[in-house]
Amino acid sequence: MCATVAVDPLAGFLPHSQLPALLHALHETGYRCIGPQARDGAIVFDELQDTADLPWGLIDVQEPGRYRLTEATSRRAFAWANGPQAIKPWVFQAHEPQWTAQRNAQGHIRFEAVHVAPQATAILGVRACDLAALQIQDCHFAGSRERDAAYLARRDHLLLIGIHCARSADTCFCVSTGDGPAIDRGADLILGEIDEGLIVSACSTAARRIFRLLPLERVRPEQWAMLRQEVTNNAGSQRRALPSQDLRNLLYAKLDSPHWSTIAERCLSCGNCTAVCPTCFCHQETDTSTLNGEWVTHAREWDSCFSDQHAHLAGLEIRSEVHLRYRQWLLHKLGTWHEQYGRSGCVGCGRCITWCPVGIDLTEEISAFSSEETST
Amino acid sequence: MSRSVPREVQVIERIAETATVFTLRVRFTDSRICRAYAFHPGQFNMLYLHGAGEIPISIVSDPEDEFALDHTIRAVGRVSQALAQVQPGDRLGLRGPFGRGWPLTQAIGNDVVILTGGLGCAPAVSAIHFIANRRAQYGHLNIIQGVRHADDMIWQARYKAWAQLPDTEVLLAADEAGTHWSGYLGHVTDLIENARFDPKNTIAMICGPELMMHNGVIELLKSGVPDDAIYLSIERNMHCAKGHCGHCQLGPHFVCRDGPVFNYADIRPWFAKAGI
Ligand SMILES: Cc1cc2nc3c(=O)[nH]c(=O)nc-3n(C[C@H](O)[C@H](O)[C@H](O)COP(=O)(O)OP(=O)(O)OC[C@H]3O[C@@H](n4cnc5c(N)ncnc54)[C@H](O)[C@@H]3O)c2cc1C
Ligand code: SF4
Ligand code: SF4
Ligand code: FES
Repeated sequence: MCATVAVDPLAGFLPHSQLPALLHALHETGYRCIGPQARDGAIVFDELQDTADLPWGLIDVQEPGRYRLTEATSRRAFAWANGPQAIKPWVFQAHEPQWTAQRNAQGHIRFEAVHVAPQATAILGVRACDLAALQIQDCHFAGSRERDAAYLARRDHLLLIGIHCARSADTCFCVSTGDGPAIDRGADLILGEIDEGLIVSACSTAARRIFRLLPLERVRPEQWAMLRQEVTNNAGSQRRALPSQDLRNLLYAKLDSPHWSTIAERCLSCGNCTAVCPTCFCHQETDTSTLNGEWVTHAREWDSCFSDQHAHLAGLEIRSEVHLRYRQWLLHKLGTWHEQYGRSGCVGCGRCITWCPVGIDLTEEISAFSSEETST
Repeated sequence: MSRSVPREVQVIERIAETATVFTLRVRFTDSRICRAYAFHPGQFNMLYLHGAGEIPISIVSDPEDEFALDHTIRAVGRVSQALAQVQPGDRLGLRGPFGRGWPLTQAIGNDVVILTGGLGCAPAVSAIHFIANRRAQYGHLNIIQGVRHADDMIWQARYKAWAQLPDTEVLLAADEAGTHWSGYLGHVTDLIENARFDPKNTIAMICGPELMMHNGVIELLKSGVPDDAIYLSIERNMHCAKGHCGHCQLGPHFVCRDGPVFNYADIRPWFAKAGI
């Protein structure tokens, strides 16, 4: 992902009034469409029946520990930056049955894998940061020799409709992580929104089929100029940042810093940051059985390194204290992730800052560790 | 497939080792799986008990034993205590084998130190068997085992038998002695200086509580064994055993996949560090 929009000579222009044609084309080609909608005061992704349900004219105001939607000055569908959920739940589900076990009266047990049969799904309005996060999750769940069947099945049935960000929330810092605000890969269709409508580029075979069904106009040079200007200005507007260098050495040198305890004085260990983070992959596996005990369903559920059972060993709690849990989180996200997947685990979406009930901001904590280093 | 979804096994035998430690000999009920299943000493399985759950347990039998797989288990919590109630004939589920085992190929031609503490002896037993069965391929073998209380020393008969192997030393230690204790009284890691090995041609394999392993590493390094000749078996909370659930992370390493046996040089920054 990158900071500027590349001009695509094959792109077309879709006026806002024609957006229903996109939904129609998706349905025609067999996709259900998941799209952004305003619900309970936040942007969420859910099945989109009607383009009138898009968050027209709404923007999000985000700051540490706070999120609210408000009216924008223009009537766009994608003027907001992001909501609490990335697209993670559509691939790595919050709850996913893995296998079942049935024990008969003789005590014999039959194990059966649970196969998912996903529907072809188009997700409309995917941000650059979330596409970057999806690539990271691809490496984790589908890149090693143990490929996760459910993840792969859902992933293979996705059509991703990305959108460049012409506006950032106050908490966004994707420019510093190199993950936004423009999209240059990872999406099937890429949209860029200006006041009159959307500039549409097709980047995959599946996307070209849909592209051809749209009542597109020629993109005028001033429309391209407008989009590029807005996205470039947006990139320049971000006030938060992570240092662009690999933070491994800083964090590895800070394992015993007293600053972890000062963070722990604020941290509630609630796990909100990991629940909203688009790259966190931790999950637990649990069994639920029918009342008579015959059937057991073994399922995985999202889990967090902030939970007290995450690192439990019989007779030994590895991370009983909150400062050790916060350290695990930051150390993994910005440090050991490099060794696991060749990059940091943070794509700069800012969600963990906004959705932290006490407003802990990882960019500030990193600054605190860095200045501690220069002062010692 | 057998790594994602359990396969049914039947308990052939249940051996009580101590009041809380027992061995389950299990065999796949499907003979094809039985034939296809192969493991290396030091690897582990996820054992499933219907209605209780799954836990990681090392395989202690000889890899050439085609009849059954042995698991020596200490009843410590919910699942392991429920497994303690299992009787011959009962059925369980098993996924595996997982992880990387002991460096038994690298160790060929070298002296070997096997240092274990507590039930830490279980994962190392299959390595001892392996070497015992190919005794001529290895140098001097030191089996050093420690327990907190002398009464926890299981497999006394096996230690006696191993002590009879050619060119083999068995050294036992207990922090607290029982009435008939004839071994060393004190920390097991003290015995390293009594062991016979050529530090430049030695492979050390350690398994047990982390503090004991840490002390063992220090003693071995002091005696001149290079850090990359020391191997440790690490325990972390595990759910998936496939490198996905994140519970077993030790710094950047997924213990289930990259371990549980690690070369000390590879995990030095993370090993025995509080909270990692
Ligand atoms: C690679 C490996 C090999 C092991 N080999 C053996 C062995 O041969 N014999 C033996 O007795 N024990 C072994 N253990 C430890 C054994 O897995 C735990 O004692 C067991 O999981 C405890 O589960 P519980 O439900 O009885 O305990 P509880 O304390 O009730 O634990 C609850 C849950 O936490 C997790 N958990 C707790 N302790 C551990 C632990 N030490 N390691 C991993 N997960 C844990 C499990 O998911 C468990 O179900 C091994 C652990 C690992 C990681
Ligand atoms: S760590 Fe925070 S800012 Fe970074 S990707 Fe996760 S939620 Fe977004
Ligand atoms: S260890 Fe923590 S930071 Fe890392 S993926 Fe798991 S929940 Fe996220
Ligand atoms: S046990 Fe799940 S990642 Fe290792």
